[in-house]
Amino acid sequence: MIEVKNISKSFTGQQVLKNINTKFEKGKTNLIIGQSGSGKTVLMKCCIGLFDIDEGEINFDGRNFSGLGEKSKKEIRQEMGVLFQGGALFDSFTVEENIMFPLNMFTKMKLDEKRERVNEVLNRVNLPNANRKLPSELSGGMVKRVAIARAISMKPQYLFCDEPNSGLDPKTAEVIDELISDLTEQYNMTTVINTHDMNSVLQIGQKISYLYKGNLWWEGSNKEIMHTDNAELNDFVFSTELTRRLKT
Amino acid sequence: MNIISEIGEYTMLMFQAFKRPDKGRVFRRQLMMDFKDLGTNSIGIVAIISIFTGAIIAMQTAYNMDNPLLSLKLVGFSTRQMMILEFSPTIISLILAGKVGSSIASEIGTMRVTEQIDALKVMGINPANYLILPKITASVIYNPMLIVFSMFLGIAGGWVACIVTGLVPSSVYIEGIQSWYDPFTITYAMIKTVVFAFIISSISGYKGYTVSGGSVEVGRNSTQAVVYSSIMIIIFDLILTQLLLV
Repeated sequence: MIEVKNISKSFTGQQVLKNINTKFEKGKTNLIIGQSGSGKTVLMKCCIGLFDIDEGEINFDGRNFSGLGEKSKKEIRQEMGVLFQGGALFDSFTVEENIMFPLNMFTKMKLDEKRERVNEVLNRVNLPNANRKLPSELSGGMVKRVAIARAISMKPQYLFCDEPNSGLDPKTAEVIDELISDLTEQYNMTTVINTHDMNSVLQIGQKISYLYKGNLWWEGSNKEIMHTDNAELNDFVFSTELTRRLKT
Repeated sequence: MNIISEIGEYTMLMFQAFKRPDKGRVFRRQLMMDFKDLGTNSIGIVAIISIFTGAIIAMQTAYNMDNPLLSLKLVGFSTRQMMILEFSPTIISLILAGKVGSSIASEIGTMRVTEQIDALKVMGINPANYLILPKITASVIYNPMLIVFSMFLGIAGGWVACIVTGLVPSSVYIEGIQSWYDPFTITYAMIKTVVFAFIISSISGYKGYTVSGGSVEVGRNSTQAVVYSSIMIIIFDLILTQLLLV
């Protein structure tokens, strides 16, 4: 479980996150939603340690990540898998080398064992035989799946996904959502997904945190979101004709 | 104020880069790739420029020596001196600042804007150490070899030009390049080369690492990397010449 306690973050005098308190639960897909500029990416980057927080603390299963030194942070980071918006695959590496990279850096596995692990995760994301391909030879959906494969190669306890469906067609987006949801269940991970895709919210949002102008405005599940009377949340979730029809 | 802040940021980054690599095997692999990208791939341009410049130096010296009291062996001597003292270490370094510097800055800058550096960081890897240290090491080791290569080719280019144009007999040119030789000139050239290699790779690494934005900023920082490296090379050329030769 990841516990976010009273965190605030400002950039050049402008407060982006205001006293956020929430818990991301283990074995569940925890979604952070909100309009562009609401602070959801900043919240995620604070959680994974790319931004230092101004106040508060972030606890990973009781370990205060924000208060740790670099060495201890490094240990927790090795328990994290992160799926970046654009995949962030290393251009000069093949798919296999990309997935093998964290294994090379942090394990003493033999080459055969590493290859076995690579094939295992590639099969898990339905990309068998993609080992020798370069990132430039992959489609958008394949890039996301390879990035997921890399993120889970170290069997992480925490999985962070930044806009996993951005730039994907609805069908591929659904496949990615299902994959993340299945992996969360299979590996019993604490998964945090940053999204503004309403399909994801309704399909896999076991716990949803809605950010509004840097504040945590609402929390609940995908069932509860359908019946909420929170005006700002309704305005955000049911902003399209399709979602309005769904509600009625 | 901005310059002071940039110098501070650059120094901090270098402290990060000069830490012990997480995995020696991975560092060696990166180093080998950088030897190829930054060194071996520059052999062609260094060779072409050195041969032609050596030839031009020899021809211009010969054409301008119309005083019969001056020995023709000065053509070989001045070609050698110019190649060793200034052309090979400084001008080739300026050319490498353009070729290698922009390559380093744009490669690291693109990694920054496509979140690859963030990916390294969240994996628990020191990105500055992983990306910049092998490039500095490769440049500092490989550039002296390129410069020695350039010196030989430049002097050889001058010799060929003298034979082809008939301006200076071959034996006189060879006698000239053997005359008044001071081995310290090579030491001086190597010291300059190592300093310039560090300047090129570290400034370009810094400019690439600190890109924020998109492709426009990557291009802008790559250009700045070349400009800053070139200016620093010229400044350090003056300082080192004053310290070592004068």
